[in-house]
Amino acid sequence: MKLKNENSQVNRLSRKNNWFVILLILLFLLFPLVIKNDYFIDVAFFFGIYTLLGLSLNIVLGEVGLFDLGHMGFAAIGAYTTAILNTRFGIPVLILLPISAIAAAIFAYLVCSPIIHLKGDYLCIVTIGMGEIIRLTLLNNPFGLTGGPNGVFGICFPTVGSLMTIDNCPKFYYYIWIVVGLTVFALIRLQNSRIGRAWNYIREDVIAAEALGVDVRYYKLLAFVLGAALAGVAGNIYATKLMIVSPESFSFMESCLLFCIVLIGGMGSIPGVLIGAAAISLFPELFQTFAQYRMLFFGAVMIIMMMFRPGGVWPRQRGRILLKPVLMRAEKSEI
Amino acid sequence: MKLIIEQLLNGLTIGSFYSLIAMGYSMVYGVMKLINFAHGDFFTFGSYMGYTLLVMGITFITSTLGVWGGMIAAMLIAAISSGVLGLTVERIAYRPIYPAGRLPAVVSALGASIFIQNAIMIIWGPRPHAYTSDVIPGFILNIAGFRINILQIIILLLSFLLMGILYYIVQKTTFGAAIRASALDRETAALMGININLIIFFIFALGPALGGVAGVMVGMYYRKISFIMGWNFGLKAFTATILGGIGNIPGAMVGGLILGVLEMLGSTYLSTAYKDVFVFLVLILVLLFRPTGILGEKIAEKV
Amino acid sequence: MDVKNIKKDIMLETKRLTKRFGGLVAVNQFDLEVLKGKISSIIGPNGAGKTTVFNVITGIYHPDDGEYYFKGERLFGLKPHQILSKGIARTFQNIRLFPNMTCLENVMAGQHARGNSGMWQSIFRTPAQLNEEKRIMKIAEDRLEQVGLSCYKHELAKNIAYGNQRMLEIARALASEPGLLILDEPSSGLNDKETEDLMGFLDKLIRDDLTILLIEHDMNVVMGISDWVTVMDEGKKIAEGKPKEVYHNPVVIEAYLGKEEEEEN
Repeated sequence: MKLKNENSQVNRLSRKNNWFVILLILLFLLFPLVIKNDYFIDVAFFFGIYTLLGLSLNIVLGEVGLFDLGHMGFAAIGAYTTAILNTRFGIPVLILLPISAIAAAIFAYLVCSPIIHLKGDYLCIVTIGMGEIIRLTLLNNPFGLTGGPNGVFGICFPTVGSLMTIDNCPKFYYYIWIVVGLTVFALIRLQNSRIGRAWNYIREDVIAAEALGVDVRYYKLLAFVLGAALAGVAGNIYATKLMIVSPESFSFMESCLLFCIVLIGGMGSIPGVLIGAAAISLFPELFQTFAQYRMLFFGAVMIIMMMFRPGGVWPRQRGRILLKPVLMRAEKSEI
Repeated sequence: MKLIIEQLLNGLTIGSFYSLIAMGYSMVYGVMKLINFAHGDFFTFGSYMGYTLLVMGITFITSTLGVWGGMIAAMLIAAISSGVLGLTVERIAYRPIYPAGRLPAVVSALGASIFIQNAIMIIWGPRPHAYTSDVIPGFILNIAGFRINILQIIILLLSFLLMGILYYIVQKTTFGAAIRASALDRETAALMGININLIIFFIFALGPALGGVAGVMVGMYYRKISFIMGWNFGLKAFTATILGGIGNIPGAMVGGLILGVLEMLGSTYLSTAYKDVFVFLVLILVLLFRPTGILGEKIAEKV
Repeated sequence: MDVKNIKKDIMLETKRLTKRFGGLVAVNQFDLEVLKGKISSIIGPNGAGKTTVFNVITGIYHPDDGEYYFKGERLFGLKPHQILSKGIARTFQNIRLFPNMTCLENVMAGQHARGNSGMWQSIFRTPAQLNEEKRIMKIAEDRLEQVGLSCYKHELAKNIAYGNQRMLEIARALASEPGLLILDEPSSGLNDKETEDLMGFLDKLIRDDLTILLIEHDMNVVMGISDWVTVMDEGKKIAEGKPKEVYHNPVVIEAYLGKEEEEEN
């Protein structure tokens, strides 16, 4: 009886949630059809890129609580892998999408393995150092590969065989948001699984997590590798959209902004990342009229937000929602 | 040999800038456990204030104070204005957020940094400014074949003097013991009757003030200042702080000097372009073998 | 392997276990035997090294010297998560829950090491993964029921009362289906009624074929439920025996109250 009561509560909650999600998806689908202005669609595209990057950092920072202030370095690896392999060897960029992800992931694994045991701020400075090393190396044009400060240009548009080329703003818009959608789907499932819980245990109390059988080293590395892979995907899409990559896109400042996306939204909260990314990417655009004052406002808003919502705008809710999928399956199998 | 000594001297000079900034970082981190991203911008602000004084008071300086007096006046102004800015930022951007924990304070610090940076850009304009040569004291000395700028020597001596004073305050006085106690455990220190507010006042006034002095020194040494330079110097100073052992003030001094020397050696013997890569690689290597920095103590986690 | 280790009734055994912190010898040549199906206690004055023994046994600290075995299996050099997989679960002196997670999620942590679904299975939600999730949740709910906290299962752990947090921590450890349960001062901070309940609860656990090792300050608890008591002082074992024997042992009384001459000074 009690269980049934609970189930109906869960269902009511999930139904409300479902409507909200459907509405949101519709909004995103219809946006380019209603607003036919390429500038706004482009802004929405970069909102998508920041969301993807935010989601990727959210795994490391939000779920596991590891301070990563060099996350843009992973995106740089993905972007430059795509740029170099595409311009030198003509490999189609869509094929390079998984390759960029894997390259960034392997890089993250190699770099993070020896440093993963460092605590808090020490890990933080090492990730900053890593990000800076990547950026400075790219800037210095090693082996004539990265083109120095000018970067690599002439990257092709993504093509699906001869069927379709993603070559205009609305197509790019759909491209990035479909990738974001799939990522969100996968990440929600991970959050509600053994893996996601293990990440959270580590964030909450690393010693207790260890003592309860969580292989801390493995899960921290997994978070870094997965986060880097997603950042690599974002880097690939970014490179194909701009057709040029240059080191300044991956500066320390950008990594800091990603950090803010996660914290403004709320640690470990996927809707929070959407809000944080919206704040970071839309704010400067919306306040264009203020010209040079807009970044001044931006800084002030960051302070004010933290005064009033220190836990983020949309912190992760814990409670019954967690049980939803499993309970519903269990119910079905009983019938 | 000559090159080594010259580069060592240059390295120490740059290192002393890092040290001065890093000490402020380290004090704030030690007591508040806050990575104060705005700290580099206090340094920039000091540099601009010193510049403004020198440009506006140019006739007064050349007629009455002399260039050395002008330098001292610029440093004083920089120290005072950066100190006031530091206290203001603490009051507005940090104090209301402390209770919420460390991470929101990091975002707030980043917000403050962006705010100050852009405020400087709006006030003084986006283009870099130059400390003109008629306000910069110093002359080249030729000693046994070495060409040494006397300004560099003065900068070095002055920074060592400031570091020495701070070292004395922190390590040898009762007030310094109170600072160190607060850094170890703020709550217990407060229970023992230490006035935490006074300590916060002290670190947020003195830390930025030292940064401001470093700002004027950098302006005189490199001649060129820009509104974004705080970001780079701040990052280096943060690196120095960690290298020395975070929250450890002598560690920050040592870390800064080592960083400066490393940077110079790296650019002389490896490649100028890769000097920062070299610096960060050394940092990572040091942390691999000493996970809490050079002077940082190994803390066994209490279970 | 010598005969003693194969003997079935020894769950945990330490031999000459030694742990130093700098110049301080926190645990010095410590020998301990924990018998199957019994409640063993370690007592001793503050700073005697009891918690350090626990931390070494559960892999949080590395011993400097000595050996330790669980069911005859050598544990030296294993990491905490491996030791849990072997079947030793613990609680902490100053409760270490996962504060911002629900009670149910806290208890599910115990089952983490008993599951094996990976990232892809979780993303594609394979039947095996779903079954595993169901099993984990079932066990977690049972354990919550067992300690009487079912009503709080969706509350955040940091929001429940202190006494309940203690029980939640025990439930979390039990959820890992351990052979040996190690409790570090389980009654500290509990009121008399809660302590009474705890003793009854531990007694029931023993009847369910569990072995318990505990550190305890409350002599009523120690004397009331222990089958065997080991006394530590300054990192060494100074006495052991049945509760009654230990209680009247002059060496123990001295360790707790100090020598007469010291008092005179």
